[in-house]
Amino acid sequence: MTDANRLRELTREFLAAHPPASTGRGDFLRARFDAGLAWVHYPEGLGGLGAPRSLQAVVDTELEAAGAPDNDPRRIGIGLGMAAPTVLGFGTDEQKRRFLRPLWTGEEVWCQLFSEPGAGSDLAALGTRAVRDEASGDWIVNGQKVWTSSAHSARWAILIARTDPEQPKHRGITYFVCDMTDPGVDVRPLRQITGEAEFNEVFLTDVRIPDAHRLGGVGEGWKVAQTTLMNERVSIGGMRIPREGGMIGPVARTWRERPELRTHDLHQRLLKLWVDAEVARLTGERLRQQLVAGQPGPEGSGMKLGFARLNQEISGLEVELLGEEGLLYDDWTMRRPELVDFTGREAGYRYLRSKGNSIEGGTSEVLLNIVAERVLGLPSEPRTDKDVAWKDLAR
Amino acid sequence: MSDLLYSEEEEALRSAVRDLLTDHCDAAAVLARVETAEPHDRELWKALTDGMGLAGLLVPEELGGQGATHREAAVVLEELGRAVAPVPYLTSAVVATEALLACEGEAARELLVALASGRTVGVLAVPLSGAPGDDHAGVRERDGVLHGRVTAVADAATADVFLVPTATGLFAVDAARDGVTVEPAASLDLTRPLAAVAFDGAHTRALAPEAGPAVARGLRAGAGLLASEQLGVAEWCLTETVGYVKERHQFNRPVGSFQALKHRLAQLWLEVVNTRAAARNAADALATGDVESGLAAALAQAYAAPAAVRAAEEALQLHGGIGMTWEHPVHLYLKRAKADAIAYGTAGRHRAALAELVDLQAP
Repeated sequence: MTDANRLRELTREFLAAHPPASTGRGDFLRARFDAGLAWVHYPEGLGGLGAPRSLQAVVDTELEAAGAPDNDPRRIGIGLGMAAPTVLGFGTDEQKRRFLRPLWTGEEVWCQLFSEPGAGSDLAALGTRAVRDEASGDWIVNGQKVWTSSAHSARWAILIARTDPEQPKHRGITYFVCDMTDPGVDVRPLRQITGEAEFNEVFLTDVRIPDAHRLGGVGEGWKVAQTTLMNERVSIGGMRIPREGGMIGPVARTWRERPELRTHDLHQRLLKLWVDAEVARLTGERLRQQLVAGQPGPEGSGMKLGFARLNQEISGLEVELLGEEGLLYDDWTMRRPELVDFTGREAGYRYLRSKGNSIEGGTSEVLLNIVAERVLGLPSEPRTDKDVAWKDLAR
Repeated sequence: MSDLLYSEEEEALRSAVRDLLTDHCDAAAVLARVETAEPHDRELWKALTDGMGLAGLLVPEELGGQGATHREAAVVLEELGRAVAPVPYLTSAVVATEALLACEGEAARELLVALASGRTVGVLAVPLSGAPGDDHAGVRERDGVLHGRVTAVADAATADVFLVPTATGLFAVDAARDGVTVEPAASLDLTRPLAAVAFDGAHTRALAPEAGPAVARGLRAGAGLLASEQLGVAEWCLTETVGYVKERHQFNRPVGSFQALKHRLAQLWLEVVNTRAAARNAADALATGDVESGLAAALAQAYAAPAAVRAAEEALQLHGGIGMTWEHPVHLYLKRAKADAIAYGTAGRHRAALAELVDLQAP
């Protein structure tokens, strides 16, 4: 039933029944979810129609043309991109019914409690403990998480914690949904080199999680987390970007508008980076065309690596191009931005913020290992931590 | 937006060319050939042209060609690059053919028919280093007779006919004619040898009253499609090196398990992925006659030229000592990649062209 024409028809019928002009935003979004037009590749009853993912564009195009409100996907990216596929893949029917609808409408914001001060690239070494309270069956969680965006506005968190320290590190982890309003959850802003605090540290002290909020089996959290992390990387890329749409845009504009800043050295470097940025854009476009044609290739694994390097080099060049103005900074005031735009604000901010691009979501070094091993099939380094109980690992 | 993928037909064409090259153009055979008096592989050329009709891809059907596009020619060049095949495909079936397509008149049409069959090899008499937009009127024409000398002409020793740009137009002259001397030069790229061509009173036939547009069109297509050859070269280097570091053991491990090497190869893979996007973009822009085909070709060269060189240099280094021997074919790819980085304009020349095209002016 779900070819493009039928979907277009369904969307129009939905719009006729719920005119965006006279329907409240919340009502509209809830009704859209219930009509299966939220994410068409999800199952019926959970916001979808079991249709191919590529057909979502048909719905979105119709809704956009009708001026319908959206669910502000940038604000709830972690819920949509990471929590939802994991709940869908591993949740019980009850969990799917409870969590997915308010997640998609944005009524409940989600955050991710994965990284720890002692577990970054080696995430599986995490030490936050979850201990079963035999009397109630609840889990009591203690530990510290870090680099948590949206923690201060989140209702729920996806959390991985150690439930069995006697097992090797990958085997003793369990995956939970954590209630961020629990009194044991303490969220503190984490100020970055840019001056602002996009992220938080989250301290967990005797946080109580009912067993009904466990996702997947006890000790199977690492497997469940792979779904989350895979979706994190998939959600990067896939957009059609115009020429000079990224970090190169502002510096190219400055170059054109302010000839007094130009030097020969900067010109050579700018042209090289312009070429690299335009080719990276074409690579992204080629990846998008592959996805649309249903031939996903391994190219996506590399996109983030390329963009991290480019963003850093281009913004570094921009600060230098500005000369005396490059010595200034727009504002060091500690703020908590709702949305983060790597290409926003001024050159100094862009330069400092982009330093994080090669660290967040997998460091460039780890991503190079992933490309080398999964794409090129090169052997992994000898491992000394595979069959050792977590409690015996060096830390 | 350009179509950056390969169609099913293009993939079928690729397998056919690859099969042929696997059978008739292995590395040992290329290596054995390059130091002989016959560095070009005439048998292979015959199979590619007579057998498969590939010299006529860019030529309309009514002139005996295939009426295909630059997209298909690019796929052929990827495979020829992967094999460093010593055949005059880029020079005759792309550059000279494109220059002729810019000419009107019977002489040009006749030559197109001949080039499309592959039985005649045509070469544009300009240095391989010449970029689109260069002035190439080093030879003088008076009363249908040519005088002058052009150096570093690729595949000149195997050419049957030269297309010669002069201030008074573009002319064709048969290589066998009196007054034409081809002086082969020891060339960095053993698989695309150069020669100087001297014209001393050679009689010609006129192709076009103005050489500039024909030469520019030929070189633009050459630069744009060279990126596909560079992609093939880079891909061979990557694949061969990945295979080698999996097999080669030192310190009781495959050397490919060391991060120091893995990261370099992963980086190289990223550059190959990018090169493919740039090369497909150029091929598609040329095929569709996009107003931005000049930009696409310059972009492709600015990226692919250094990428292919790096791939070959990394391949050599990661092969260790064996990579430094004459016996191992990696040097053929290094030499091709380095020569390709100068062919039809260096990356720097193409960046300078881009600066004009996208309005990022020099100080």
